[in-house]
Amino acid sequence: MIRIQCPFCGERDHSEFTYGGDGSIKYPALNAPIKDWLAAVFHRKNIRGLQLESWHHINGCRMWLLVERDTVTHKIESVRAAHIDFQKILKV
Amino acid sequence: MTAQRLISGGRIDRNKIIKFSWDDCWMNGHPGDTLASALMANNEKVIGRSFKYHRPRGIMSAGVEESGAIVTIGEGAKRDANVKATTQELYHGLTAFGQNAWPSVRFDVGSLSNAFSQFLAAGFYYKTFMGLPPFEWGQGTGTWMLYEKLIRRAAGMGTSSREPDPDNYEHGHIFCDVLIVGSGPAGLSAAAKLSQTGLDVLIVEQDFEPGGDYLNQSTTSVKYSQLLENINNSDIRLMTRTTVFGLYDHGTAGLLERVTDHLSSPSAASPRQRFWTVRSKHIILATGALERNIAFGNNDLPGIMTAASATTYLNRFGILPGKKIIISTNNDSAYGVSIALANAGASVKLLDARTTLPSKLSHTAKGHGVDLKASAAALNASGSKSVSGLEIATLNEEAWVQGGSEDCDLVLISGGWSPIINLLSHRGSKPLWDDENCCFMPGSTDEHIEIAGAGIGIWELSKCEVSGEVAAAAAAKALGKTTTDVKKPSSNGWSEKIRPLYEVKIHGKGQKSFVDPQHDVTANDIKLAHQEGFISVEHLKRYTTLGMATDQGKMGNVIGIALMAEALDKNISSVGTTIFRPPYTPVSLGAFTGRNFNNHFRPLRRTPMDEWNISHNATLTDAGLWRRPWYFSRHNETIKEAYIRETTTTRNVVGLCDVTSLGKIAVQGPDATEFLNRIYTNPFAKLPIGKARYGIMLRDDGIVLDDGTTWRLAETDYFMTTTTANAARVMVWLEELLQLRWSDLKVHVTSVSEQWAGCAVAGPLSRDILKSSIETPNLASDENLPFMGVIETKLKNGVPCRIARISFSGEMASEIYVPSDYGPAMMDLLWETAEPLGGCLYGLEALGTMRIEKGHVTGAELDGRVTLEDAGLGKMASNKKDFIGNVLRKRPAMVDDYRPQLVGIFPKNRKEIFNAGAILCNEDNISGLGEGWITGVTYSPVFGHWIGIGFIAGGYKNWISRGAIAADPVRKGNIEVEIVSPHMYDPKGSRHHG
Ligand SMILES: [Zn+2]
Repeated sequence: MIRIQCPFCGERDHSEFTYGGDGSIKYPALNAPIKDWLAAVFHRKNIRGLQLESWHHINGCRMWLLVERDTVTHKIESVRAAHIDFQKILKV
Repeated sequence: MTAQRLISGGRIDRNKIIKFSWDDCWMNGHPGDTLASALMANNEKVIGRSFKYHRPRGIMSAGVEESGAIVTIGEGAKRDANVKATTQELYHGLTAFGQNAWPSVRFDVGSLSNAFSQFLAAGFYYKTFMGLPPFEWGQGTGTWMLYEKLIRRAAGMGTSSREPDPDNYEHGHIFCDVLIVGSGPAGLSAAAKLSQTGLDVLIVEQDFEPGGDYLNQSTTSVKYSQLLENINNSDIRLMTRTTVFGLYDHGTAGLLERVTDHLSSPSAASPRQRFWTVRSKHIILATGALERNIAFGNNDLPGIMTAASATTYLNRFGILPGKKIIISTNNDSAYGVSIALANAGASVKLLDARTTLPSKLSHTAKGHGVDLKASAAALNASGSKSVSGLEIATLNEEAWVQGGSEDCDLVLISGGWSPIINLLSHRGSKPLWDDENCCFMPGSTDEHIEIAGAGIGIWELSKCEVSGEVAAAAAAKALGKTTTDVKKPSSNGWSEKIRPLYEVKIHGKGQKSFVDPQHDVTANDIKLAHQEGFISVEHLKRYTTLGMATDQGKMGNVIGIALMAEALDKNISSVGTTIFRPPYTPVSLGAFTGRNFNNHFRPLRRTPMDEWNISHNATLTDAGLWRRPWYFSRHNETIKEAYIRETTTTRNVVGLCDVTSLGKIAVQGPDATEFLNRIYTNPFAKLPIGKARYGIMLRDDGIVLDDGTTWRLAETDYFMTTTTANAARVMVWLEELLQLRWSDLKVHVTSVSEQWAGCAVAGPLSRDILKSSIETPNLASDENLPFMGVIETKLKNGVPCRIARISFSGEMASEIYVPSDYGPAMMDLLWETAEPLGGCLYGLEALGTMRIEKGHVTGAELDGRVTLEDAGLGKMASNKKDFIGNVLRKRPAMVDDYRPQLVGIFPKNRKEIFNAGAILCNEDNISGLGEGWITGVTYSPVFGHWIGIGFIAGGYKNWISRGAIAADPVRKGNIEVEIVSPHMYDPKGSRHHG
């Protein structure tokens, strides 16, 4: 069982979280060309190794997190709040 | 084998007698006994029958690796099959039965199959029955299925009870710094070493007594007593009767604690077993090693055991397992066994396959009267129900030749030792073959795991103690604690190298030698698999079923791999091994389930009006996560009579419906309007305060996510409703957008589904009900509360409420929400007025009928494949603004005219009925996936016949003059249907506009 260090709640079981998806995606503007949207929504990498992914602490603080996880070993390198303002606050 | 309980010695309490029954025969044992030791003390030899050939099997070991003494414990619903007698603690009244035999394990009719065993080699069933014509001509599956039934009956193990499990199971959670698996010399030494560090340590032992190999010593070790005392005086937790069955990510371990399996009358309050989840920072594996067999002729006869298990029966259970014993070994470890047995009075002959014998050990053995023979090994055992003689092989220039035979009543085998690397293997670490020790050693890992003792090939007890301390020091250091230095043991404890020996056989002579006795896999099966082209160990395993029995190859795997390597002319390291997966030993399904079944499987979500509904004669049903009123039966109406009446009353008078389960989200903040405008397909920027709007959300890919109404309560305050089914998903989606994508938007979303109780008031008289129920009746006038209007006010009883004039039923209707606790008070108030007017309460069934008549979509239609156009809601897409999903919804396949689109369905013969789930086909092509499907059906009171809603290619306009069939071959059969507009009732909406 993966254990995730939630920056708001501390280390918790992965069963408290849901997996979001590729956390590195920058979603295009709502009126961006279709190729940008296709790239963002469908053309995903299947990474073997360290991957940035989004996780939702759904049965905890309800915050979305960005987690760097190794897809082979499940080793977690870093966890941070997804919301940029919280990232800043938590750094201070 | 003529086993006999000695008058003294061992860790059993001879002053107390335990009565137990074996195949309906009562016997005596003592506290401290396992079922196996008690059976052995009663000189029982045949304990089981083998899987395929029904050969008699006896006790082969003293632990979890047992492959012979496998029995059924208990009767009736409590019957537990495939229990290893070697690990079952004895208790008063224990009832054990032999299995896989008829009429009994001692006389088994099925053993005839042994005579035909040459026909039952690896792959026999597949080759014979699946290959039988006419199977190959595509008609023979029936033949295979017929044979399979017979085969399964003949080959099998114990049968489990068909009754519900009467026992309770629990789940528990443990946190610790260091988890130590195994309480043998290495584990206890590691724990004692850590006792001074202040670290939180948990030791887990599968046996009922801690000590591991200490328990097999002839006298209680002083060190053992000291270690136990040290641990007892510390804060270290020690769990016995508990197996670490699996290691998982980030220091998580799964444990099975057998709480009452050893008790004759357990307290009703105790669970039978507990499933523990342990979260640790560091793990020390002190799991020991298992002694291996050697393949030789009839090596599965009762009376043939692993050598070390004889010491266990002698020193732990006070039993001399045989009088005339022959031991066959290829390593040093059996010397101690021979000496112990000779000291206990047995005549012992020790065959050592090595030409050079360990000088000091052989001297000692001889001194104790052991008859020692070098370059010799067991070749072929004889005897009918148990071993009575052994042919011996001797080495002649590296080839085995006949070396005479001898009478005996017990044969002990030591084919070397295999470290128990299963748990590390669970972590994905590949075991490495060690030529020096002839075993697979644990591979490397960069996780926080140490391995100590026999688990890393240290074979001498005192060296295992040191190894445990070394592991403890490493764990302490990793956790920032300092301990005194310990040096690694300098050697593995053997003075002479092991001789690789997996099979003893004379060239050109046939014999039946078992590699995996539990699954009846022989050395010949391995060779046959090789001849037939299997070269990967993983394929070998599946073809021969080697290592696939309940012991998971604990005894046989290495021999099988070695024989495969020999056949392939490769070395073992390049053949590799199969991967061990959890669980290490079997875990009952009940333990995984714990208390999460029946009503406890998931929480019951009741609306605040649940009791109110029940007291008004509601029949309830589960709808998604919620329990909701299904229908309100009057005078013993059937469900159909009830929903038809409820629908008719609502359409003609008025009806009340509990709609609390709808998802409700407060969307607040200065950018709330902008946010809603981006997530809904239709415009929200200009929604005035005091108005509600129906909206649809798409996913990024342009598929419909959910629909609902959103009410503007104030400039920056919205009240969003979602479908019951999607409430949680929509909330997650909004949070994701606000936190991950649009962190610049100042919006707060709060789930308030449980904070508000809701009631729909629908029907021509709904406004009258509202007027009599609120403080200021005029607020409910058509002027103040027009279609899609919203008011916040108070009910007549002073309860604050919010009301929107929205309609799901198609009638003039409103939804009223009050703070949850006031739900029943609201219902009282509304019903007080509605009842005298001839109104009704209606449930989900009537709700469904009315929405199908109107062609309103729900979760059944919005199934994650449907676009706006498919749902007939193309008008809902604004072309004046950008919104989520707007770009990708325009992909060519998404706008294809022939996509299945929402339609209404009538039976051609109006008297006929059809089912939801039926496939819609063109009338002259009833095949495949058809042209569409039916998502909902109901009897429609306004039409007077059954109607349906569903999807069909091209929509109803494409089917105006074409016949369609609702194909339902396994239920109703095929019904001719007419495809109509989904807006079957009041298509202009004149009724709800009032
Ligand atoms: Zn959290």
